[in-house]
Amino acid sequence: MTILFALFLLTMLVITAVAIVQTTDLFAAVMLLGIFSLLMAANFFVLDAADVALTEAAVGAGISTVLFLGALALTAARERPAADRPWLPLLVVLVTAATVVYATFDKPALGDPNAPVHQHVAPWYLSETPRLIDIPNVVTAVLGSYRGYDTLGEVFVVFAAAIGVLFVLSGDRPVGDVIRPADAPTTRGLKHHLIPRIVGKLLIPFIILFGLYVQFHGEYGPGGGFQAGAIIAAGVILYALLQGEGRALAALPEPVLKALVAGGALLYTLVGVVCMFLGGNFLEYSVLAADSVTGQQVGIILIEAGVGVAVTGVLLCIFHAFAARDPAH
Amino acid sequence: MNLALDIASWVLFGIGSLVLFIGAIGVLRMPTLYTRMHAASLTDSLGAIAVLGGIMLQAGWSLAALKLLAILLFLLLTSPTSSYALANAAVLAEKRDAESAPEPSA
Repeated sequence: MTILFALFLLTMLVITAVAIVQTTDLFAAVMLLGIFSLLMAANFFVLDAADVALTEAAVGAGISTVLFLGALALTAARERPAADRPWLPLLVVLVTAATVVYATFDKPALGDPNAPVHQHVAPWYLSETPRLIDIPNVVTAVLGSYRGYDTLGEVFVVFAAAIGVLFVLSGDRPVGDVIRPADAPTTRGLKHHLIPRIVGKLLIPFIILFGLYVQFHGEYGPGGGFQAGAIIAAGVILYALLQGEGRALAALPEPVLKALVAGGALLYTLVGVVCMFLGGNFLEYSVLAADSVTGQQVGIILIEAGVGVAVTGVLLCIFHAFAARDPAH
Repeated sequence: MNLALDIASWVLFGIGSLVLFIGAIGVLRMPTLYTRMHAASLTDSLGAIAVLGGIMLQAGWSLAALKLLAILLFLLLTSPTSSYALANAAVLAEKRDAESAPEPSA
């Protein structure tokens, strides 16, 4: 039954991918990308990867779609037709695809307990996590503690992406220049639409609350800083769409957002440095408390908070960078 | 008792799937945007009520049932609202198109 469902999802995934490549309507392509991410999230869930599924649904299907639409508002709605026949790229893609398909013949079967990935460090993670860290969600233990360097790297990738987007999008406008008239649609929001506004008012507190739940429940169930950051940012973006971008910026001004971006990354790094000062290695949380298990838990909560703060700040910075530009320019 | 619960939940699954299926046919077959949205939005709400209600009967009195209830409430609030927003956007787009193209075309 599960395998049938997985096959159905993968088939839909291929159909959606072909449709994304085929369509020249960029708006339709963005919507299809959202559907693609949702199918992918369902796929991850079928594979029992609930944490990844949550990330894919929140970031891929949710926030990315909004950011793509924001970018689309600044560009043309249709793809420019290709000038020449792309034979060389087609050849490269075909050769690569053939190689990848050939390589999959050597792959172990799905769920094979003897596969190298299940024989290497995974058994150690599963058997030692209750003793070393004592949290039920081993994924969080792996992400936050055992592979803390990788997660730190991810946070800095997100950080660098935000800096890049802000450089590109705010490069050519004079500092302090108000580029939009006060009654532009993005400034007004949907204030005169009663139903979305009231429903939004009802839902936004719960969306933020759910984000905090995902943030702090990451030790016990699927969740963590990345997902929570995306959900909280989605709540604030909804507020910006309904009440106008100005109100959202008044609640969370740009300097605050930039401080969130830098502060989140800094908090993560500082936890690592404090570990060094307390006599451990970089990001060795065991030294943070008298008891090494408590130290690990404190460390994971702190770095997850850093991740959540940084991701929230980055996503909101990028959203406002898109929304602040006048499409006419 | 268990058998009765099972039968009730499967009846709800059946109703939900049927309603969603009819909605999908409507989206494909209806002639205009508004009729298509009409087919999609109403069946969406009823289908969600029936299917989630069926899962709740399967879950029994547990935390899972409470979570499903929260999801159902969320869907009942957001799904009609998004339909409203879509219809509203369509009306505004039509109005804008009519203003930019003065001569009436059929």
